[in-house]
Amino acid sequence: MTTTTLHVNGSAHTLDIDPDMPLLYALRNHLGLNGAKYGCGLGQCGACTVLLDDKPVFSCLTPCSGMEGRKIRTVESLGSAEQPGPLQQAFIDTQAAQCGYCIAGMIMRAQALLEQEPHPGEEAILAHMAPNLCRCGTHLRILEAIRHVSKDGVKHAG
Amino acid sequence: MPASTEKGFSRRAFLQGGALLMVFTLVPASRRVLADTEVDTLGTVVLAPDLPGSLRTNPYLDAWIKIGSDGITVYTGKVELGTGVKTALLQIAAERLEVSPGSIRFLTADTALTPNEGYTAGSHSIFDSGTALFNAAAQVRQLLLESAGRTWRLDPSILKTHDAVIQAPSGQKMTYADAVAGVELHQYAKADSPLMPISDFKLIGHSLPRLDIPAKVSGGAAFIQDIRLPGMLHARVIRPPRPSASLERFDSELIRSMPGVLEVVHDGNYLAVVAHDEWQAIKAMRKGYELAQWNGGDPVPESSTIHELLTRLPAKRYPISHEGGSLKGSGARFQARVTKQYLMHGSIGPSCSVAWFKEGLLTVWTHTQGVYPLRAGIAEMLGLPLEKVRCIHTEGSGCYGHNGADDAAADAALIAMRLPGQPIRVQWMREQENLWEPYSSAMLTQLDAGLDGQGRLEDWSYELWTTPHNERIVNAGRLIPARLLAYPFVSAPSIPIAQPEGDGDRNAVPLYTVGSTRIDMNFVTDMPFRTSAMRSLGAHINIYAIEACIDELARQSGSDPVAFRLTHLTDPRARAVIEQTRDAFGWPQRPATPGTGIGFAFARYKNIMGYCAIAVQVYVHPQTQVIEVERVVTAVDVGQIVNPDGLRNQVEGGIVQSMSWTLYEAVSYNAEGVRSYDWSGYPILRFPQLPSHVDVHMLDQPGQPFLGAAEIVQGPMAAALGNAVADATGRRRLNLPLGRAVEEA
Repeated sequence: MTTTTLHVNGSAHTLDIDPDMPLLYALRNHLGLNGAKYGCGLGQCGACTVLLDDKPVFSCLTPCSGMEGRKIRTVESLGSAEQPGPLQQAFIDTQAAQCGYCIAGMIMRAQALLEQEPHPGEEAILAHMAPNLCRCGTHLRILEAIRHVSKDGVKHAG
Repeated sequence: MPASTEKGFSRRAFLQGGALLMVFTLVPASRRVLADTEVDTLGTVVLAPDLPGSLRTNPYLDAWIKIGSDGITVYTGKVELGTGVKTALLQIAAERLEVSPGSIRFLTADTALTPNEGYTAGSHSIFDSGTALFNAAAQVRQLLLESAGRTWRLDPSILKTHDAVIQAPSGQKMTYADAVAGVELHQYAKADSPLMPISDFKLIGHSLPRLDIPAKVSGGAAFIQDIRLPGMLHARVIRPPRPSASLERFDSELIRSMPGVLEVVHDGNYLAVVAHDEWQAIKAMRKGYELAQWNGGDPVPESSTIHELLTRLPAKRYPISHEGGSLKGSGARFQARVTKQYLMHGSIGPSCSVAWFKEGLLTVWTHTQGVYPLRAGIAEMLGLPLEKVRCIHTEGSGCYGHNGADDAAADAALIAMRLPGQPIRVQWMREQENLWEPYSSAMLTQLDAGLDGQGRLEDWSYELWTTPHNERIVNAGRLIPARLLAYPFVSAPSIPIAQPEGDGDRNAVPLYTVGSTRIDMNFVTDMPFRTSAMRSLGAHINIYAIEACIDELARQSGSDPVAFRLTHLTDPRARAVIEQTRDAFGWPQRPATPGTGIGFAFARYKNIMGYCAIAVQVYVHPQTQVIEVERVVTAVDVGQIVNPDGLRNQVEGGIVQSMSWTLYEAVSYNAEGVRSYDWSGYPILRFPQLPSHVDVHMLDQPGQPFLGAAEIVQGPMAAALGNAVADATGRRRLNLPLGRAVEEA
C-alpha cells in the first residue's frame, strides 16, 4: 500500500491503496461513488467511463498511480437526482434508460464531447459514442438526449 | 375446411376472453395462459383458478396491498429488469386504489415480503402481476368504502375518494388508514372487481416517468453492485477452464498469504477467494487461475458442424402441430434449412450478489428473475430449511433472460456460509459471465411449405432441433456452484415449456391460415453448451424461418408479400398492425439505389400475446456486403397500453437488440474452447451501426387485456431484416448472423 492523492469532482482525497489499483475500484470502494460501473475491466464497453482532465477514459484500465495533479470527474459531478445537470436532465426528459447500467458512462462520454463541441453533427456523435456499449438498445434515446443538450448548450461542470 | 392453427390456439388461450373484454376483468384470458409457462416453473401453486392474473396463485388481498398508519404498501412478486415494469405496475395499483403513485410504497420480489409470482419472464409481468394489482387494488378500495359506509351508516356507492381519503357528500372524511380498521384484508380476492370506465383512467395509458431513472443518471445507489454493507468483504470465484474439468492441484496457502486475503474456499472443484478489498480479491483470483491445475472436462464442439451435431445427439421428439390432411399443394413450394448459432445475453454488468449469514438466517441480495425458485435452490444446496434463506431482488444490469444472476447468488451464499456474520459481495468478471452464463441455444430448422393452385398456403412442414430454453432453478443442480462441490448436485432433467407458450418451438406454428401442418420439435437434452432462456426463446429463429418462407412463396406466386400475409390472416388485430405498418412505411416504395432492399415481417408473440409488424429498408454494400439499416417502421398492439413511453422504449430497444443478434452475434468457439470471453470475441451493435430512422406506432386497445411487450419485436425484426437483405441482394440468407455469412437456400 502507498499513499495516493486523487482529485475527484473538485476535492482532493488521499488514499492508502495499491498504486496499481485501477481508478474504478478507488472511486467505487474508497470514495463511495457509484457512477462509474464495472462492465468488462478491459476497456471494451465504457460502463466505467469518467473524465480525466476533461477527456473520457476507461477507469477500469487507468491505474491510480500517475493520477497526481490530474482532474477526475464522475457523473456525480454533473448534478444529483434532485438537482440534475443539463445532460442528466436531458436523459431524464427523454427517458433514456432501460436497465440504465451503461448510462452513467454514456453521460460522461457525451459530456466530454459537448464540452469540446457544443453542437456536434450526427456523425460526430455516433463516432464519439462508439466505445460505449448498451445492451438494452437504448441508443436512440441516448442520441436524443445528447441532441437536446447540443441544441440548448451545456455548461462546463468544472 | 382447412385447419386453422390460429383458431386452435385461440380456443385454448385467449378467445374466451373476448366476451368479457369490455369490463376489463381479464379473468378467462389470464386463467388459461398461465398454465405451464416459464413463469411458474417452480413454486407457484394455483389456489384460486377463477381469479385473474397472479391472484390465482396468491389470492389473499393483503399479499398485494397493506394499509396502515405508515401509509399504503403495494407488493409485487415481479422484479424490475430494466423494462420499466415497476413503474407500470405502480401506475396500475395507484389507478385502482385511486391514489397518487407517490403515496404508495412499492416493493418488488422479496421472499420475506412479497407474493411468489415465480419468474419475471416471458413478457408476463403486466399480464400476471398487473392484472392481479388491477383487480386487488380496486377490491381493496371497495372494502375501504364499505368500511366507511358502515361507520357513517351510508351507502358506500355515494362515497368518493381523493388522495387516500374517503369523503361523504356531507363533507365527512376518513383516511384509508382509518377505514382499514374495519376491514379484514386477509381474505381471498373475488373474481369480479368494481368497474372503472376507461375514460376515468388517469394513470393507465399515460406516460408516468420511470421511478428509477433519476438515481441512475446521477450515481445514486441503483444497482446490486452499489450495495455496501458494514464490514462487507469482496469475493471472486475461480472457475474451471471448462465444465466437468476436475481440479488436480491447487495451493490455497500461497493465496492465503497474499495481502488482504482472508479466506480461500476450496470444495471439490469449487474455488473462491475472499479479501478485504475488491482489488485484492481480483489479484488473488488471478493468482488462483494461475495456480489451479485442471484435468479433463467436457469437449467443446466445432461451431462449423454444430447444427449437424444437434441432429445426432439424444433428443426427445415433440409433435407440436399436426393438423389437416396430407395433401401437398400443387403451386409454388419453398424448402429451407435455417440455422442460428449460440447467442449470449451479454449483460453489460456481469453478475453480482451479496450474501450475509447472520444469526442463523442467510440473506441473499440478487438480481435473479425468480427469488422464490432461487431460494429453494440455495436452501437445497446448503441443506438449510427454506425459512432460513431470504432472497431479496435488487436491480442488476439488464439480463434479457437466464444469465449468471442465479449462479452468482449461489456463489455468494456458499461463500457467506464459510464466513458467518460477514456480508460477502461476489462480482463475476467479464470472462466469467461470458464463459459461464447459459447461452441461447444454437438451432436448426427445416421447412417445406407449398401453395395450392389458387395461391393459398396448403401444406406446412417444419422441424426444428434445439437444446433447452428453460433451465431455470428447479433444483440445486441447476446452479453451477452446486455442480462444482466435492459432493456435487445434479441438474434436474430438462423439460420444454409446453405450447402455446412454447420453448424452442415458441412461435413455430404460423398464425397464417394453412391447409395442413406437420410441425415437430427435436428437444436435444444432451447439451454441448448449457443453454437456457433468452428473450423470445425459439421465436427469434422460428419467426425468421416462417417469414422468409412467406416472402418466398409470395414472390414465387407473383403476390405482394404484405398482401399475401393479409390474405392468410383473419385476426383483425393482426391485420391492423400489418396495415398500419404498410401505410406508415409507404410499402412497397423504395429508393432506386442499387443495393437497397425492403423487407416486411409479422408475428403475434407466442400466437397469444402482443402483435408486431415491421418493415425495414436496408442498404447492402455491393463490395463489402456490409448491411446498413436505413429505416425501420413498426406497429404494435399489446392490448391496453399502461405506459405509452415505456412501451415505445421497449419496442425501440427490441428493434436495436434484435438487429444486433441477427446481423452480428454468434458465440465463437471451436474444439480449443470458447473465444467469446470478451466483447472483442463477441461483438455487438455499436452506435455507428444504428438504424438511421425508427418509427414506432402503437395501436392502443383500451379495455383489452394487457399482453406484455418486452419480447414482441425480436422475431419480426430479425425476419424483416432477412427479407430486406434478400430483396437487396437477390440472395436469401438462411444462416444467422446475416452480417457474417453469405449463403443460399
